[in-house]
Amino acid sequence: MAPILDINKLYKNYGPVEILKDINISIEPGDFLVLVGPSGCGKSTLLNCIAGLEEITGGTLSIGGNDMTHVSPKDRDIAMVFQSYALYPTMSVAKNITFGMKVRGVDQATQDAKLKDVASLLQIEPLLNRRPSQLSGGQRQRVAMGRALVRDPKLFLFDEPLSNLDAKLRVEMRTEIKKLHQTLDASIVYVTHDQIEAMTLATKIVVLKGGIVQQIGTPAEIYNNPANLFVADFMGSPAMNLIPAQASNNGSGTQISIARETGETLVLNDARDLSLPQDVILGLRPEDIAEAGFRAGAGVQEAACMVDMVEPAGADTYVVSELGGKQVTARLHAETSAQAGQMLNLAFDMSKVSYFAKETGERLN
Amino acid sequence: MTDLSMPQTQPRTQSATGKIALRWLLYVLLGLFALYYLMPLFVMLTTSLKSLEEIRTGSLISLPREVSFDAWKTAWSGACTGIQCEGLRPYFWNSVLIAVPAVFLSTLLGALNGYVVAQWRFKGANIIFSLMLFGCFIPFQVVLLPMARLLGMMGIAGTIPGLIFVHVIYGLGFTTLFFRNYYVTIPSELTKAARVDGAGFMRIFWSIFLPLSLPIIVVTVIWQFTQIWNDFLFGVSFSQAGTQPVTVALNNIVNSTTGVKEYNVDMAAAIIAGLPTLLVYVVAGKYFIRGLTAGSVKG
Repeated sequence: MAPILDINKLYKNYGPVEILKDINISIEPGDFLVLVGPSGCGKSTLLNCIAGLEEITGGTLSIGGNDMTHVSPKDRDIAMVFQSYALYPTMSVAKNITFGMKVRGVDQATQDAKLKDVASLLQIEPLLNRRPSQLSGGQRQRVAMGRALVRDPKLFLFDEPLSNLDAKLRVEMRTEIKKLHQTLDASIVYVTHDQIEAMTLATKIVVLKGGIVQQIGTPAEIYNNPANLFVADFMGSPAMNLIPAQASNNGSGTQISIARETGETLVLNDARDLSLPQDVILGLRPEDIAEAGFRAGAGVQEAACMVDMVEPAGADTYVVSELGGKQVTARLHAETSAQAGQMLNLAFDMSKVSYFAKETGERLN
Repeated sequence: MTDLSMPQTQPRTQSATGKIALRWLLYVLLGLFALYYLMPLFVMLTTSLKSLEEIRTGSLISLPREVSFDAWKTAWSGACTGIQCEGLRPYFWNSVLIAVPAVFLSTLLGALNGYVVAQWRFKGANIIFSLMLFGCFIPFQVVLLPMARLLGMMGIAGTIPGLIFVHVIYGLGFTTLFFRNYYVTIPSELTKAARVDGAGFMRIFWSIFLPLSLPIIVVTVIWQFTQIWNDFLFGVSFSQAGTQPVTVALNNIVNSTTGVKEYNVDMAAAIIAGLPTLLVYVVAGKYFIRGLTAGSVKG
């Protein structure tokens, strides 16, 4: 099938400032693409470029197989949901939802039928005659989605739609958006700075930084095989442990030496034969460090470490220790007996380790 | 036994009476100021209702012994401006004919300008807006000659359309400023959403921005109406016999009396000339304050 959205060598400049550099993204129908990155990384600009609200400086962009590089937003067959909802303040909810159809000259009967469908889908029938100012944040969000859904477009664009909601409502709406995506089989491009939102919603994630694509992949790929130190650090909470280490080849595999606080060296063996440079950054997720005896597998190696801090988080308990001059977080089970100031045997799952080059930050394995 | 509780209650009552006294002092002061400001209006009103005889013999601030509306009648339809003796009436209508279209046009254009400058950022938008702001502060005297020349070239010198043109041009700076500052508080996502919905430039203006603008429209209308109605300099410079606004006619009435100075007619004429702006403020005044502070209006 032809890609629903195809971005090819896209550049965007504001005067001399390059906002987006050489963006290449392609998604299939039914994909849920999440653009994620810290603020100022250009993700919203990219979405505006896809919507046609910003002219692109170079490259091409096609939606549904048609070249849309210089087409105005109304002719791109898209619908967009904004962070501030952007509901028309003087119109009722019903008029907000039907405004687009009215502008395009859709007949009244069709308008009414579509309004009814969308209102029942989103359960906003009782609100249709209210003004946006009389709605709560969650209700406004629903209406904004209704306005997008009623268009039945080729591509949905979401610009941080949940950022203005409180934490509980955000999780609820997140689930609802995911459900909508599954029931409608819609193609969606979704911008967020929240990596958890990205992980839970996406079928495909694009990590952006400074206007440059860092990595494109499924949530699992991004999480397990981050392409560089930035992605490794940005995705996941608590963040991946990034520990400076020395690597050497010991014939059958790779030997990793990490400096301890005390001046001694912690030596771990990775069974994989990786031919790494000497100075590396070792990346290991907190859940890949467990309490000894609670993790089994070929790559698991145990070592005693000094516990600096214990942070119970309900379902898990996080234990912080110092290795290679960095705070290293391990994710233990909730009933652990670990205590600050005592030694604890930790199990490192070396088969899960990512290695990054010290200078460039690029992934090595 | 009771004297034990005395020291506790006494300071409280003392401070309470002190507070009340301060309140009263404030009210009395404010009342005095109000009286002071209203005094001229009082003198104008009473004088306009007195006969000439009474003005000559009585005191300035005394109430009229006999109320007479003759002076008002004369001021409206009989007073002489130079050689004509038609009163203020024809000039009053001139002012209406000038002010109403000029207010309407300058408000509408200001709204459009403000909408463009605030919501459709284009290269040089800030420079254009600054230049328009600068226009607010150019003294009127500076432009009299070039404007007279321009009006002559356009063939509308000395006509009512000419005066409307001048007032619209000079109102634009302020009306643009008002609307721009109002529209800049409206999230730009609203425009984006409407564009994705398929609405064009004018459609967004009519359907979304104008309905939001009532408070600022009221502010602009009051401001512009007051400016244009009370204008004397442009009125006297760019009009000719028959197209003069009411302010110019008032000046002529007061200055062209022959023989006895008819203070009662002058006063009545002055009140008539000022009445419309007063009326506009009374009718729409509460929206004026509301509109001025409505910068933080959110959708």
